[in-house]
Amino acid sequence: MVDVLSDTNTGITPAEVVDVELYHPKSWWTTYIFSQDAKVIAIQYALTAMAIGMVALVLSWLMRLQLGFPGTFSFIDPSQYLQFITMHGMIMVIYLLTALFLGGFGNYLIPLMVGARDMVFPYVNMLSYWIYLLAVVVLVATFFVPGGPTGAGWTLYPPQAILSGTPGGNEWGIILMLASLILFIIGFTMGGLNYVVTVLQARTRGMTLMRMPLTVWGIFTATVMALLAFPALFVAAVMMLLDRALGTSFFMPTLQEMGQLMKYGGGSPLLFQHLFWFFGHPEVYIVALPAFGIVSDLISTHARKNIFGYRMMVWAIVAIGALSFVVWAHHMYVSGMHPQFGFFFATTTLIIAIPTAIKVYNWVLTLWRGDIHLTVPMLFALAFIVTFVNGGLTGLFLGNVVVDVPLSDTMFVVAHFHMVMGVAPIMVVFGAIYHWYPKITGRMLNDGLGKFHFWVTFLGAYAVFFPMHYVGLQGMPRRYHDIGETSFIPASAHDLNAFISVAALIVGAAQLVFVFNLAWSLFKGKEAGGNPWGATTLEWQTPQTPPAHGNWGKELPIVYRWAYDYSVPGAPRDFVPQNEPPGGFAVQGARA
Amino acid sequence: MVVALILLLVAIGSVLFHLLSPWWWTPIASNWGYIDDTISLTFWITGAVFVAVVAFMAYCVFRFHHKEGRKAAYEPENKRLEWWLTVGTAVGVAAMLAPGLVVWHQFVTVPADASQIEVMGQQWRWSYRLPGKDGKLGTSDVRNVSSDNPLGLNPGDAAGQDDVVIESGDLHLPIGKPIKVLLRSVDVLHNFYVPEFRAKMDMVPGAVTYFWFTPTRTGSFDVLCAELCGIAHAQMRSKVIVQEEGEYQAWLEQQQTFAELSGQRRTLKATYQVSGE
Repeated sequence: MVDVLSDTNTGITPAEVVDVELYHPKSWWTTYIFSQDAKVIAIQYALTAMAIGMVALVLSWLMRLQLGFPGTFSFIDPSQYLQFITMHGMIMVIYLLTALFLGGFGNYLIPLMVGARDMVFPYVNMLSYWIYLLAVVVLVATFFVPGGPTGAGWTLYPPQAILSGTPGGNEWGIILMLASLILFIIGFTMGGLNYVVTVLQARTRGMTLMRMPLTVWGIFTATVMALLAFPALFVAAVMMLLDRALGTSFFMPTLQEMGQLMKYGGGSPLLFQHLFWFFGHPEVYIVALPAFGIVSDLISTHARKNIFGYRMMVWAIVAIGALSFVVWAHHMYVSGMHPQFGFFFATTTLIIAIPTAIKVYNWVLTLWRGDIHLTVPMLFALAFIVTFVNGGLTGLFLGNVVVDVPLSDTMFVVAHFHMVMGVAPIMVVFGAIYHWYPKITGRMLNDGLGKFHFWVTFLGAYAVFFPMHYVGLQGMPRRYHDIGETSFIPASAHDLNAFISVAALIVGAAQLVFVFNLAWSLFKGKEAGGNPWGATTLEWQTPQTPPAHGNWGKELPIVYRWAYDYSVPGAPRDFVPQNEPPGGFAVQGARA
Repeated sequence: MVVALILLLVAIGSVLFHLLSPWWWTPIASNWGYIDDTISLTFWITGAVFVAVVAFMAYCVFRFHHKEGRKAAYEPENKRLEWWLTVGTAVGVAAMLAPGLVVWHQFVTVPADASQIEVMGQQWRWSYRLPGKDGKLGTSDVRNVSSDNPLGLNPGDAAGQDDVVIESGDLHLPIGKPIKVLLRSVDVLHNFYVPEFRAKMDMVPGAVTYFWFTPTRTGSFDVLCAELCGIAHAQMRSKVIVQEEGEYQAWLEQQQTFAELSGQRRTLKATYQVSGE
């Protein structure tokens, strides 16, 4: 079988790590606020991301109120609607999902899962969070400046993004949006370098790359991608800021605005789109790969079965990461770029479906002949597979250049990307929180509330986004606050829109149950113990729960096997922790 | 097993929704039926995969959910199975990609006999231009755009004098003739979008983009803007009216050329100035 994965490397002595290199906080401030402990930084990242995510949730409510019942709510005007969609998209993609997966889960899980005491550069890691927080503050500030936030759509396409016909275009909205993005990227780069170096340099003895849990592989690959992709957005944001503030013409051709000839000339709107999507497409996988990794571990742990085809799973993650840099222009099939590009980008885009499909097969094959515990994390993992497969398959429509032509810029696209990079990764976020909350707090989340939250969120979100494809198929364009009179949208489509809105409001409300559960269980939740799920990975083998500063006691754990020794024939329990030496008896490598 | 049943119902419900829902694409009015065919093919392949994966999951949950004494199998890899699944997926992907690329080749290959028309977008209305008797569109420049010359035609270009200019009116087209639509924008990105024609393309200031199609059905069709262009994006509307050749020619006769329009405007202005004094 695959002895290479769990080979026996006896004769390793425990690594005594002199802990002088760790920064020890001296006060309450440096322990909880300006902390250099990755676990505290992770919680700061996660809470900030979830707080700004609540803003995005409220914005989605307002959008759905308008779309479901156009003309009913006089407090939503067309320019506000555009501001809502712009800020909702920007917050969800960047400030919530990217920050939560990498800054939140990355910070918490990487050092614990690879057996490190902390991130390699704790001080820079702390700065990363505070710059991220500043980016969020600047973003929120756009709601309060004259003219309000930008309404250019989250893609911020010039020329309209910096002209007066767009909300915030000739006021503060777009300037602060670009400034906030620049800050975010600076902050992320500090954190991202940390995650990459920690994975490469700070793994404990025995933790070879091919023994790392897929969670770490997913976050690691996504971080490498983000470090390569965000600079394109950084450049685009700086150039657009110059176009807007100093009147340069990087993206601005000769044009007239409202009958006035502008002073711009010679710039290229398409250049911005290429830069944006060179970042923007990898960004999809920056959100997806951590979700892929985490969900693999959730399925394996809760099905009590090794992940099927581990090596294939690792290579699929790496292949998807690499391929995702050569598919960006599939967002631009109808942008007016050279039509021959279509052949190339359609081919690369559909090729990426193959490693992605392999991952799906391996998840469901992990369930086969498993011992499936239908815990809340497992339920969310199952919902992830359903929604990801659904959203991934509609990607085959939009990636196949000529099929994209009628569907692009319609609600079909909105339905597709919400299913594949909204609903699916958020299912994983929830699953992961239910899974790791016991380690982070020492207490279990309430199971009944969790199951209620799961069913409403999964079925509700599916009811929102599955029918939405058909609204788009009819030809309903996206980014319309009101379709108004047309000859091709039947009245029944308005009823469908109203139904979608009601479902969206219910799903949103169910998230309040989740937030309540988070707060309530912190004090009243069942005591979790160190390893409530019987998991193999190192973070469940810490001497204390929640793990103390420095994660491990005097000695770092030693890793003897891969992360998926579940239900090993002959083993006394149905899991063998990674740090359990061969021979069938448990030795805590990390003894206090 | 409730969870397995619900998963199965999600798959079956999705298929039933697809088959029974009244919400489907608009009846086509152009030669791009091949695009619809490719979409249908993609629906069949992806639909089958979706149902297969979800049904398999539902079966696993039903068959292998935790019971006292159950122990999972230990099977880290199965090279043969993984290999077969990879090849099968590649075949399915190729089956969708190949026809897609063939149709894309048609989509980007404009027939030699296509007649050119121009659509111009600006915040937030549509204008159109048809070649005059010479069959050629005159040159234009955004710097020439003014209230007298809404499309920015080059006044010195003889080829442009007989161009038919339609400012904020409807576009008429003859049925059955291939048309190359040249797309321009004065200010920001727009997208000339008629759902029934299936084709669409962004209009980019500083560039001329295009697509081609042949109208195959007479009638009146809504024009919408499909690329976000500012506050009144959703209200940027117009109509395309596809007619039989005879009716189309009758309509064309009544339209004014660039020369007529600019002459008329000069006259109007002169009259105004005289009466003003």
